Amino acid sequence: MKRKHKRLTFVVIALAFLGVAATLILNAYEDNIVFFYSPTEMISKQLKPDQRLRLGGLVEDGSLKNLADGEVTFRVTDMANTITVQFKGILPDLFREGQGVIAEGRLENGTFVAGEVLAKHDENYMPPEVAEALKKSGNWTTGNAKESAK
Amino acid sequence: MTAELGNFALILALFVALIQASLPLIGAQRNHKPWIALSKPTAYCQFALVVISFACLTYLHVTSDFSVVNVVQNSHTDKPMLYKISGVWGNHEGSLLLWVLILSVYGAAVALFGANLPPAFRSRVLAVQAMIASGFYLFMLLTSNPFERIMPAPLNGRDLNPLLQDPGLAIHPPMLYLGYVGFSIAFSFAIAALIEGRVDAAWARWVRPWTLAAWMFLTGGIALGSWWAYYELGWGGWWFWDPVENASFMPWLAGTALLHSAVVVEKRDTLKGWTVLLAIVAFSMSLLGTFLVRSGVITSVHAFATDPARGVFILALLVVVIGGSLALFAWRGPQLKSSGLFKPISREGALLFNNLVMTIAAAVVLLGTLYPLFLDAIGGTKVSVGAPFFNAVFIPLMIPMIFAMAIGPYLHWKRGDLIAALTRLRFIFMLSIVAGAATWAVESDGPFMGVIGIALAVWLGGSTLAELAGRIHLMRTNLAESYRRLIRIPRATWGMTLGHFGLALAIAGMTGAGAWKSESIQTMKQGDKVTVSGYEFTFDGAEQSKGPNYDILTGKFTVHKDGDLVVKLLAEKRAYRVRNMPTTEAAIYTMLSGDLYAVIGDQEGNSGKFVTRLYFNPLVVWMWIGSIIMVLGGAISVTDVRHRVGVPQRNRALSHAKAVNSIPSGA
Repeated sequence: MKRKHKRLTFVVIALAFLGVAATLILNAYEDNIVFFYSPTEMISKQLKPDQRLRLGGLVEDGSLKNLADGEVTFRVTDMANTITVQFKGILPDLFREGQGVIAEGRLENGTFVAGEVLAKHDENYMPPEVAEALKKSGNWTTGNAKESAK
Repeated sequence: MTAELGNFALILALFVALIQASLPLIGAQRNHKPWIALSKPTAYCQFALVVISFACLTYLHVTSDFSVVNVVQNSHTDKPMLYKISGVWGNHEGSLLLWVLILSVYGAAVALFGANLPPAFRSRVLAVQAMIASGFYLFMLLTSNPFERIMPAPLNGRDLNPLLQDPGLAIHPPMLYLGYVGFSIAFSFAIAALIEGRVDAAWARWVRPWTLAAWMFLTGGIALGSWWAYYELGWGGWWFWDPVENASFMPWLAGTALLHSAVVVEKRDTLKGWTVLLAIVAFSMSLLGTFLVRSGVITSVHAFATDPARGVFILALLVVVIGGSLALFAWRGPQLKSSGLFKPISREGALLFNNLVMTIAAAVVLLGTLYPLFLDAIGGTKVSVGAPFFNAVFIPLMIPMIFAMAIGPYLHWKRGDLIAALTRLRFIFMLSIVAGAATWAVESDGPFMGVIGIALAVWLGGSTLAELAGRIHLMRTNLAESYRRLIRIPRATWGMTLGHFGLALAIAGMTGAGAWKSESIQTMKQGDKVTVSGYEFTFDGAEQSKGPNYDILTGKFTVHKDGDLVVKLLAEKRAYRVRNMPTTEAAIYTMLSGDLYAVIGDQEGNSGKFVTRLYFNPLVVWMWIGSIIMVLGGAISVTDVRHRVGVPQRNRALSHAKAVNSIPSGA
């Protein structure tokens, strides 16, 4: 084998591997990329029944209810529309009513069944997606995050 | 006064760095000796100035000087001393100061230990180091000055983010930075080599220990961060494919590739251009990681700042460093001629295969991490690319790599014999099949990935041990002879053996925790019992108490197995008073077979019922043991006599002779 041919062998192997990686990525993309919606978008969009989604907004004041066996429900709002979220587990440390939240899960008959609930990491922080969603619905004030911390 | 002194030292350091970045470079080009010699004192001087600056900031934090913004925002008089110190780098500005401190330490180390480098080459390396440093000094002074004052000074501070008040996280950033910044040395060596248009075995022997050190710290830093997430976030998980984790993982993948290709350059005088490119990529990934974490593009516990000016500055810095170095590579790279030829099936081929997979894996992680940003920037669609995506792509890529990784050390340089290698490995192969089958039999309802994971761990671990046994002729000669061979194994080889074996253990741990974790979430009142994976947790009630700057709710659990007491667990939920922010301190009992893990949540009203999460996480501890062994391997390899100061010089003549000799045989 000449030097050129050898190099070609490596290039071919490398390309084959890249091809495999690209295939894997495209495959994973179909099922595993999670779209983020505000309550308004979630209600207005036609969604596939089994699609994993992220829902973001503010936790409505007074909406948190503890059900039996560690199950909770609360409502997420972007001030225009509201969706009820069902979740079983320990809410994150910084979960509070009136604060920004992101829930990941599936929409089932109008109720969002969350497998995971994410809150922010400190008291001044609002998840950017939530801030954006609030801005879109015209309910964003810079004080939103701080006021509700009290 | 102290703040002004620190600030002044930082400004001086910038000017010293500007001198170090320019004059020695010009001097090296024109062979002007005094200017070449300038690189050493300036490197020491920069180091001294940054140490002064860092000491000033530490002093301000320790004495709680609330006339400084940085201290106000991140400290409080009630905060324990450990966190007053770790608070220095637990914020955006301070962490940058730590970054430049480490950069200047490495710079001074090159000046100190580089006595045997050709002076012109050394001055070029140090000049490139100073260019990077100048960028960071400017960034700090213009957008993120840690010494800014506030008038009037408040009476007390706002405390450090409670999630960061943790011993593991106190040392996580310095470890990670020692790794990130360590790749700057490999980068500077690569750029200097491109300027000179020459890469040889001596170059590789210089780059290897630095890369090894950086890799070792990065491995330790990532493991620490992962460990912290495991016990502090209270979800029983240890890796979330969070952008911030990816930011540290990408340079690790590129650095691991670099580590392996540098071996080829040193031993076989080939893959030169590729190695230089990897050095550039590894450091670019480190810079990109800093950008992702610090710019606020990605928001998480690490994103201290969301100031757009900072983001733009770092972006500009990235474009200059990455774009500039890649342009230089495109221009000068083709001049790097390799001499050693090799067949696809050979040690070189195996190392190249490792490189291929590692870089593709890094590219995949990069794509997944940046994709949401791109999509948001072009269309405003919000998506998140999380664990499911990465697991679906990353794991299938790693399986052939791990498989080949076991075979690589059995292949000879230049031309390997795959059949012979596989013949030697046939018992290990059968062993791993048996291990997989046994796993399948015990955990038949678990995911099939678990079976593959365990089989691969046995395959890699077994072949690594068998290679060691073969090396010392175990069983083929008497034990005394084997022992004599054992102690004569070069340390770099030990590094390989421990690194690979540590990874095998870590794979077993990741597999166990990923595939067979069992959890139970419920509300419990005093006396309630819940069984998880055969362990019976009894809730013994909760108690309130006070810590230095937080209130504690302690949930008490007693765990029995088959009627015998295993352990009593105390899970805490802390409420930090200043920031009014709770944190979870999971109670963890570690066994070799797995961790018992308990978390206490809020009380439901006044019912005396608490939400609890109870886990059994199998084999997790092997992940930490594996990481420690990998770091240990790196440490032993760094101290290899062949990496020691002075050796490159002496071997240079030798390798030159070898290179000349290999030309006829290669052609």
